[in-house]
Amino acid sequence: MQEHDLSFVRAQMAAVEPPPVAEHGIGPWLRKNLFANVTDTVFTIIGLVLVVMIVPPLVEWAFINAQWSGTDRTVCATIAQGGIQPDGWSGACWAFVEAKFQQFMFGRYPIDERWRVYLTGVLFIGLLAPLLIPSVPRKGLNAVLLFVVFPVVGYFLLSGGAFGLKPVATPLWGGLMVTLVLAYVGISVSLPLGILLALGRRSHMPVVKLVCVTFIETMRGVPLITVLFMASVMLPLFLPPGTSFDKLLRALIGVALFASAYMAEVIRGGLQAIPKGQYEGADALGLSYWKKMNLVVLPQAIKLVIPGIVNTFIGLFKDTSLVYIIGMFDLLGVVRQNFSDASWASPQTPITGLVFAGFVFWLFCFGMSRYSIFMERRLDTGHKR
Amino acid sequence: MKTILKALLGSAVVALLAAPASAATLDDVKAKGHIQCGVSTGLAGFSAPDNAGNWTGLDVDFCRAVAAAVFDDPNAVQFTPLSAKERFTALQSGEVDLLSRNTTWTISRDTALGLNFAGVTYYDGQGFMINAKKLQGINSALQLSGAAVCVQAGTTTELNLADYFKANNMEYNPVVFEKLEEVNTAYDSGRCDVYTTDQSGLYAIRLTLSSPDDHIVLPEIISKEPLGPVVRHGDDQWFDIVKWVYYALLNAEELGVSQANIEESMNSDKPDVRRLLGTEDGTKLGSDLGLTNDWAARVIKHVGNYGEMFERNVGADSPLKISRGVNALWTKGGLQYGMPIR
Repeated sequence: MQEHDLSFVRAQMAAVEPPPVAEHGIGPWLRKNLFANVTDTVFTIIGLVLVVMIVPPLVEWAFINAQWSGTDRTVCATIAQGGIQPDGWSGACWAFVEAKFQQFMFGRYPIDERWRVYLTGVLFIGLLAPLLIPSVPRKGLNAVLLFVVFPVVGYFLLSGGAFGLKPVATPLWGGLMVTLVLAYVGISVSLPLGILLALGRRSHMPVVKLVCVTFIETMRGVPLITVLFMASVMLPLFLPPGTSFDKLLRALIGVALFASAYMAEVIRGGLQAIPKGQYEGADALGLSYWKKMNLVVLPQAIKLVIPGIVNTFIGLFKDTSLVYIIGMFDLLGVVRQNFSDASWASPQTPITGLVFAGFVFWLFCFGMSRYSIFMERRLDTGHKR
Repeated sequence: MKTILKALLGSAVVALLAAPASAATLDDVKAKGHIQCGVSTGLAGFSAPDNAGNWTGLDVDFCRAVAAAVFDDPNAVQFTPLSAKERFTALQSGEVDLLSRNTTWTISRDTALGLNFAGVTYYDGQGFMINAKKLQGINSALQLSGAAVCVQAGTTTELNLADYFKANNMEYNPVVFEKLEEVNTAYDSGRCDVYTTDQSGLYAIRLTLSSPDDHIVLPEIISKEPLGPVVRHGDDQWFDIVKWVYYALLNAEELGVSQANIEESMNSDKPDVRRLLGTEDGTKLGSDLGLTNDWAARVIKHVGNYGEMFERNVGADSPLKISRGVNALWTKGGLQYGMPIR
């Protein structure tokens, strides 16, 4: 047996050596991620060229050359175009957006009554924010307030005609406000209605099933434009002369029913992913149909299809622009309508207006998308890859 | 669904043919306190929103003129923006009392659709615009053989264009786009030599080109587009009111009565002016129309005469700078002729 001299055995771990110089720092990182082989190098160079070609002119157009304030088209037109800018100038005409901003937000909503829109907006955010933050308690009460009480309060606030508020007819509504009203109603109607339709479609009761299938297939088979157009052009001919059925209401019903049909199919996708054992397990516990769905099946199914649901919401949000065909003006509609204002006509006006509208739409859609990712992570309890 | 669709379409056709006659529009209008006026969803110089969101334009001002005649208030009017497709349904169903939406007067609209055109507030016609710097020496549309022509899809413009080139034995390459903005961009970037649409539209589009001064509108007009206010069949009184508001605007310009001198004109002793403004003793011209005797004076006071309306919205005082041309009074070689008020 050999003796060991323990004094030569280390008592502590040796300090960790930094990786060799050739393996860390900017140079190796670049080599590893951007220039690993010929293909990577070629793509990197193409990418860089594209960035250099696109970004500086874009920044120059949107910020450096842009005109931020002014009273009419002269600030956004070159001398040859009847304005004050030097020849060859090209920049964003944010002055147009500034001058029309109130209109882009509220349409023709009377200026003296706009506090009502602000108040509705504050109420909405005040109720929505706590509902979205998981740690805030009393979700049930909050949801009732947002989806039952708020629509009633919001309706009276916006359209008036009661409690001493001046009536404001819906043709005067417009801009972002209409976009949000349509999206709110569409979203809050389509999710519950979609769930009911999806359950109905999987029901064993023939009549319920037939009604749901017919509704879903009809709604999905007809373009939204057609639905809105029929409601706008055909409907007035059947009503007695002089009565007009509110255009915004027509659009709201059309959009909500349309989105419900799509939502139903998304939810059905989730229901089909739930194994039969889950249904049988719930049955074995003696749960009623609604309890089974509510406590066992739907929580799992909806969790699975969050990306699909949000996809439908985002699609719905953008579809609201189609109401322009029935003479309502959402954000995009108001922006485009203002292109016809001759006192702002210039080559830069349309592109600036469209960039602005696109940016606002992107803000909302990106917000929804990020929140859905957050929700997916939070609820991801068994399927994480 | 198919049968529902058929039923819908069928009854729509019946409704179109029968054209519901809702009598006494004037009483309805007075009862609700405003005129419901159909305008375009946005057309430079005719109906467009200003910075504050108020409607402005020639078509809009005509609605305000009728409101001024009835209510002595140019703001007693509510506007319904209508697309080209829904405009006639809206009028027939009574959703609007008056349609003032750059609508061309044609026989089929006047008869089969059951409408009455009250006059022509703007004589338009399809024209051509070219880049004079690029195509030097061209000063007539007849020299355009072989040109690439930018045109918006699905409009009568496209058909008129084909007719015109065929009738004159010329060749052309149509460059067709769906959206107006696309046509503008294509023309501005030089993808086509010629832009064709209604002349009033050409002037508005010229403002959005990168070098407007290089572009000229050719003198040829290849179609007749008389644009005017429209009412339903079946209510002659309302038709008369709209028609005579239009003639009053023309007569005021002819007699030199304007928004600026209306106060002095009220004391004028010229018989024509006194008849127009209802200052003649024992006059019944206004009350026979169903209005007050100072109806025309109200119109001039609030919106001015036809010339003022024109210059303010599409003429020299507007960015469009359209010349009066055929829209001048008959006394100045134009077509605008106000029937005598007496």
